[in-house]
Amino acid sequence: MPDAAALSPNPSPAGGRGEPREPLARLDELDRRLIVATQGGLPLVPRPYQALAEQLGLAAEEVMARLRHLLEIGVIRRIGAVPNHYALGYTANGMSVWDVADERIDALGEAVGRLPFVTHCYHRPRALPLWPYNLFAMVHGKGREEVEAQVKQIGALLGADCRAHDVLYSSRILKKTGLRIGS
Amino acid sequence: MDETDRRIINALQGGFPICDDPYREVADKLGLSETELIARLQRLLEEKTLTRFGPMYQVERMGGAFVLAALAVPEAEYECVAETVNGLPEVAHNYRREHALNMWFVLATETPEGIPAAIEKIERATGLTVYAFPKLKEYFVEMKLHA
Repeated sequence: MPDAAALSPNPSPAGGRGEPREPLARLDELDRRLIVATQGGLPLVPRPYQALAEQLGLAAEEVMARLRHLLEIGVIRRIGAVPNHYALGYTANGMSVWDVADERIDALGEAVGRLPFVTHCYHRPRALPLWPYNLFAMVHGKGREEVEAQVKQIGALLGADCRAHDVLYSSRILKKTGLRIGS
Repeated sequence: MDETDRRIINALQGGFPICDDPYREVADKLGLSETELIARLQRLLEEKTLTRFGPMYQVERMGGAFVLAALAVPEAEYECVAETVNGLPEVAHNYRREHALNMWFVLATETPEGIPAAIEKIERATGLTVYAFPKLKEYFVEMKLHA
């Protein structure tokens, strides 16, 4: 079990830079046990929250109330199915990257993020001279052609605000595990 | 994967109910029995069409940190560096991408301080510079794909 400091309200930003962080969620030991018990998935039984409650020695009402609260405060983004995008035929994933003026990036980023095929959109720092791009938009398609058409649409939306761009395709998955907190 | 599987995947990428009989509630909406829905979810997970089914946690709201980072790895050292980088528990994903920066990975740690520590470990082990791209602002994140 990691120390309590990992979960205490400590608003220090990662690396000392970046957007002001929202105050951290206050999680107690029971929340933590609930997270550890569900980060691999929900039980596939007719009363899954009841099953979790029994496993944790809690009342089902308590488990449900805590999950609702965690959803409300954003510790849980959503509850549902995570598809393997390769299995759904989305074999091309392109990280499209754009160099736009810092003063314009928020308006542009919001607009790009609204495009239906963009799954993630972020403002990130440049690393000059190697990396002039500050707007990252992840796109997924059933082939490179589809991704290229999507990238073109982003380019059209940015218009003259785009000073340079590139698309980095993933050619190999080297590792994919996701974060697991300790139990 | 048949039409019913697709309907399940499209309907269940969020909003799974928190109630006594959530599978039954969803099954009713999809015109399935609860047993069939559970059996199909089980199979979709076994076949790896779904990677998970359950709550998706946001690490940063729990005090953890996520940072995208990249390395420019000389081709001759690529496999060796990949092994070193993948060996770190802080590395959640790692992809080869075609660019001078040809290895892109996500560092996920339980505290913000874990990020610089992981970067230092990688730099020491590989002798390469880690380029970190922490997010300055998130405009949109919704990994929902149509089945």
